[in-house]
Amino acid sequence: MTTQSAPASAAWSREAPGLGGFNVTVLRLEIRRLLRNRRTVIFALIFPVVFFLAFGLNKAYAGDRYGHGNVSAFVMISMALYGAVLATTSGGAMVSIERAAGWSRQLRLTPLSPVAYIVIKMLTAMTLGLASVIVVFAVGGLTGKPSMPMYLWIVSAASVWIGSLVFAAFGLFMGYLLPTENVMQFLGLGLALLAFAGGLFIPLSQFPHILQDIAQYTPLYGLNQLVHAPLQGVGVQLGWAVNAVAWLAIFAGGAVWRFRKDTARV
Amino acid sequence: MTVTNTAGGRESPWAATTQPAPVALREIRKSFGSVQAVRGIDLDVAPGEIVAFLGPNGAGKTSTIDIILGLSHPNRGTVSVYGMHPRQAISRGLVSAVMQTGGLLKDFTVRETVEYTASLFARPRPVGEVLNRAGITGIADRRVGKCSGGEQQRLRFAMALVPDPELLILDEPTTGMDVEGRRGFWAAIRQDTARGRTVLFATHYLEEADAYADRIILLRHGTIVADGTSSEVKAMAAGRTVRATLANPDPARLSTVPGADNVEVRGDTVLIHSTDSDAVARYLLTNTQARDLEINTRGLEDAFIALTSEDSQTPAGGSR
Repeated sequence: MTTQSAPASAAWSREAPGLGGFNVTVLRLEIRRLLRNRRTVIFALIFPVVFFLAFGLNKAYAGDRYGHGNVSAFVMISMALYGAVLATTSGGAMVSIERAAGWSRQLRLTPLSPVAYIVIKMLTAMTLGLASVIVVFAVGGLTGKPSMPMYLWIVSAASVWIGSLVFAAFGLFMGYLLPTENVMQFLGLGLALLAFAGGLFIPLSQFPHILQDIAQYTPLYGLNQLVHAPLQGVGVQLGWAVNAVAWLAIFAGGAVWRFRKDTARV
Repeated sequence: MTVTNTAGGRESPWAATTQPAPVALREIRKSFGSVQAVRGIDLDVAPGEIVAFLGPNGAGKTSTIDIILGLSHPNRGTVSVYGMHPRQAISRGLVSAVMQTGGLLKDFTVRETVEYTASLFARPRPVGEVLNRAGITGIADRRVGKCSGGEQQRLRFAMALVPDPELLILDEPTTGMDVEGRRGFWAAIRQDTARGRTVLFATHYLEEADAYADRIILLRHGTIVADGTSSEVKAMAAGRTVRATLANPDPARLSTVPGADNVEVRGDTVLIHSTDSDAVARYLLTNTQARDLEINTRGLEDAFIALTSEDSQTPAGGSR
């Protein structure tokens, strides 16, 4: 009753938050939630480590020289890429779960702008991707098998992480495209196939010629070549970069297209 | 109760003040394909009012609420929330809502969900305070997926309280709750609205509208069929019309007929609206020359029955 006049003036003094509602608390909560998902953690952090331990330490070839380092280092980089790709895809694909749960709609009742939401999703995905790269490289370092100059550890890890941005966009695209809570079950399988086609598990030279030709156009091929280039000590081929950039454009374009459709006026 | 009783002045709403109306809808229309969900709604909600949208499923309650919240856009008409576009009002924390279902992530805890929401607003209420007001402090660390329907609904209420909104919108907030959950939820709302917040809620329970609203808007087939205080609407809904033929009727005298609420004279035809049609009929037959008596439920009562019964497929205009 005496407080009745308060709302009238309060209506004018109110303001919208800056940055479309983007903030660090949300990022922290998002990452915590992502790590709470057991399947995501297994996919992104445990699988790649197990694969490295299985394929990267084999005495038959692990110590063989390869470029500026050895084969174990080569395998470690491959598995870090695989892990980062799984991690960023999972992170991006979270939008699928959030749309299914009606959370995206709930967020429209807050000041959070759609663009800020996408940025948060991308950053969350990239954070998990970074964790994946760090875990694989840390385990690699602890085994003492991978060998390459210190600067290559850093350059390789950084290029794997930056490269996984392509798959954060892929995850977002799929998250908007596939209206299912189990989106990662499809994507996990799909990524395994892409990893084979990209030469992450088996060198492409062991494939028949026709498959090698096709493989060059798949999304992990260019990235895989690029992230190994520093270790290999070879120059970057234009085709690799074109492959990576083209797929980034396709995935990001697809995500933007679906995102626009999702937030369109109804 | 509170100043919310100024609701009676809604015919000339807050003309004296300069504050824009919490809600102002003009000629709102909305179709989904061939289905016309909202067919020309005009609505002004005054500050401090507690308004109920009452109507069955498909009456246009949720469609109208979605439009007020900017979740959907009308095909025609204008929407203004505190003089702004709904989206702007939401960004400033002027309006918030408790939706019917969904909108929660199972793997967040209750506290995390509120924390997340709070981080998005420029000036949120403290998380602890909001949890307390919604009565969920005790389950703050529980995963949302492990909460009951009633607890989840109170969490949605807590999220809606975060910006300390001027206008709170509740879309069938107690759907699917048991009696206890429903009572607890409304107790929390009532405590909160005692502070002068404007509230708009949708329901298909007459009792809920009756108990908690000081203004009831009856919706049917996407239009407003009645708008008044709870007792006004009930009186209208409860009444019947007695129709009789009477030579040279005297309206003044007829209005003194016991039980007569409203008297209409059309030539020799007399229409008397009453909540006690039996008394009116008895009087007319015994004390006047009236003949050809008919007792009809009509107009609003028709609408009301249509509203409160599940079968609302009466043809449009059938209430004439």
